[in-house]
Amino acid sequence: MSMEQPVPDPGLQFDSAVDVGLGVAYLADDEFRRMSGSKRAWLEFRRNRFALVGAAFMIFITFMGVFAPIVATHDPYAQSLRKRMKPPSAEHWLGTDEVGRDFYSRLVYGARVSLFVGIVGTAAGVTLGTIVGLISGFFGGWTDTLIMRVIDIMYSFPGIVLAIVMVAALGPSLFNLILVLVFFAIPTLARIVRGNILSLKELDYAEAARAMGAGRLRIMFHHLLPNTLAPIIVYATLAVAGSILVTASLGFLGLGVQPPQAEWGNILSNGRQYLRKAPMLMVYPGALIFLTVMSINLIGDALRDALDPYLQS
Amino acid sequence: MRQYIVKRLLLSIPTILGAITLLWFLMQLAPGDPALMFVPPDFQGEEAEAYLAKVNELYGFNDPLPVQYLRYMRNTLQFDFGTSLRTMRPVSEDLLRRIPNSLRLGVSAFMVSTAMGIALGVLAAIKRGTWVDSALMVFALVGVSMPNFWFAYVLILLFGLYLRILPPSGLGGLKHMILPTIVLGYTSAGYLTRYVRSSMLEVINHDYVRTARAKGVAERNVLIKHVLRNGLLPVVNVLGINVAFILAGSVIIETLFAWPGVGLYLIDGVVGRDFPVVQGAGLLIATSVVLVNLLTDVMLVYVDPRIRYE
Repeated sequence: MSMEQPVPDPGLQFDSAVDVGLGVAYLADDEFRRMSGSKRAWLEFRRNRFALVGAAFMIFITFMGVFAPIVATHDPYAQSLRKRMKPPSAEHWLGTDEVGRDFYSRLVYGARVSLFVGIVGTAAGVTLGTIVGLISGFFGGWTDTLIMRVIDIMYSFPGIVLAIVMVAALGPSLFNLILVLVFFAIPTLARIVRGNILSLKELDYAEAARAMGAGRLRIMFHHLLPNTLAPIIVYATLAVAGSILVTASLGFLGLGVQPPQAEWGNILSNGRQYLRKAPMLMVYPGALIFLTVMSINLIGDALRDALDPYLQS
Repeated sequence: MRQYIVKRLLLSIPTILGAITLLWFLMQLAPGDPALMFVPPDFQGEEAEAYLAKVNELYGFNDPLPVQYLRYMRNTLQFDFGTSLRTMRPVSEDLLRRIPNSLRLGVSAFMVSTAMGIALGVLAAIKRGTWVDSALMVFALVGVSMPNFWFAYVLILLFGLYLRILPPSGLGGLKHMILPTIVLGYTSAGYLTRYVRSSMLEVINHDYVRTARAKGVAERNVLIKHVLRNGLLPVVNVLGINVAFILAGSVIIETLFAWPGVGLYLIDGVVGRDFPVVQGAGLLIATSVVLVNLLTDVMLVYVDPRIRYE
């Protein structure tokens, strides 16, 4: 065990080999062995009922976000003096907020922002983090040392703190928020990919490719990257959950998406002023954030278990 | 071993210097002239210009950036973080006054989450595959997935407003600490529980555990002497990560409960665009993380005799 090696996020630990294969006990052994890896993984994943519930919820939320203009019953920004703080009714399914906006429609539009920001930010961050990790692990030497030192520095600002400090400098805006999420994903992905590459590049097939005259880029992207895809997929999924939490936290602190634009974090932050009068203005957006993050975590956990055979290399 | 510790110690120096540099660099990116903050709002036209020039002169904002950077680095290394742009008080004094508050909350949250995480993780591993295991894993997952600020408000709503048995916010006696401690402790215990469980499971299947059982060691002793001792070793490392979690969480929880600690100070600084405050509080948090990681690495050397360092 090298002490240079980072400790991965404890929540993201890959379970021991015990778990592998239990799920497909009903299949004949060689039938299972003959399947392609992704088919095997899908079987494992499908068996996990929690994950299916999570996936169903995510499909539901994504649908709400994408089709917000159709799904919403009102304009989420239309205020009405006469309809402030109304309880739920046939017209306003979840009632109205302190300036008479339809609360249900605001939550629907909020899904849009939270998911968009979380997915775009994570996708960019995962891509960059993977490239950085690939370079660091493959080239080693001073390149590796330098990159890992920078990653260490980023890691010294835990979670939301780096995001807060960045927003302090750049100012709150949608673009800056995505930028913050990119930097949120880079360090973890870079470390994970680097660790995998370090062990993979010593294996025979990488050596063979090198012997046959494959170029560095070809070995990196054609031989090494596909074999480290499993952990990347798992961590990317979990990073989306983390990004949604960061987005909501920044929105809650008033440093994220700015009102009046609806975002779950800032809707919740707004609702806390009316904790006594209308606690649901705080409870609902928070519950949505919670359920969304939990669903993604469930999917991530199931993916981890399903892809586990790959990770035992 | 001593060599390893010294090397590890030296390696954390560039990280801290890097953190200082990163903070300085980020604050340079900030749009707007920080010196404008000093100009009293009733100063107009030339009067304001003259005042601005004086401020720039006094704080060295006119100097070339490398000069400013080196001066900032020198001051920071001497624990001089400058003065707050809003209150004009030295940032280091403010921080010193707030550290005990943050420590009080952070240490109690750390104890709650560590006790919870280890106990529940071990229990889940022992009861693996049963409903106890499933229930504990759901409990941990909820802790990991719940936005801490939402959980805090749900508790405030429940205990502060409906049941009226706990104060909703502020600094005070033990009663004021209960809600923030529960929120911080529980939301960081989830990760620890999951980690402890998988770490224990890894050990439970080792040959020496089977041997111990086979030779007739009582199950109790197998668990305590063979599984627990080895399974909890990696946990030392995670405790460092747990500290980082709690530090990050405390920024939000302190703000929410109006708890006058370093986290609230950081947020006040960000909201007020008070850059010396942001730099000082950010650096304090970063340095704590680096030092705690250093500590856990060194601890691990003593705890785990299998680790050899060159």
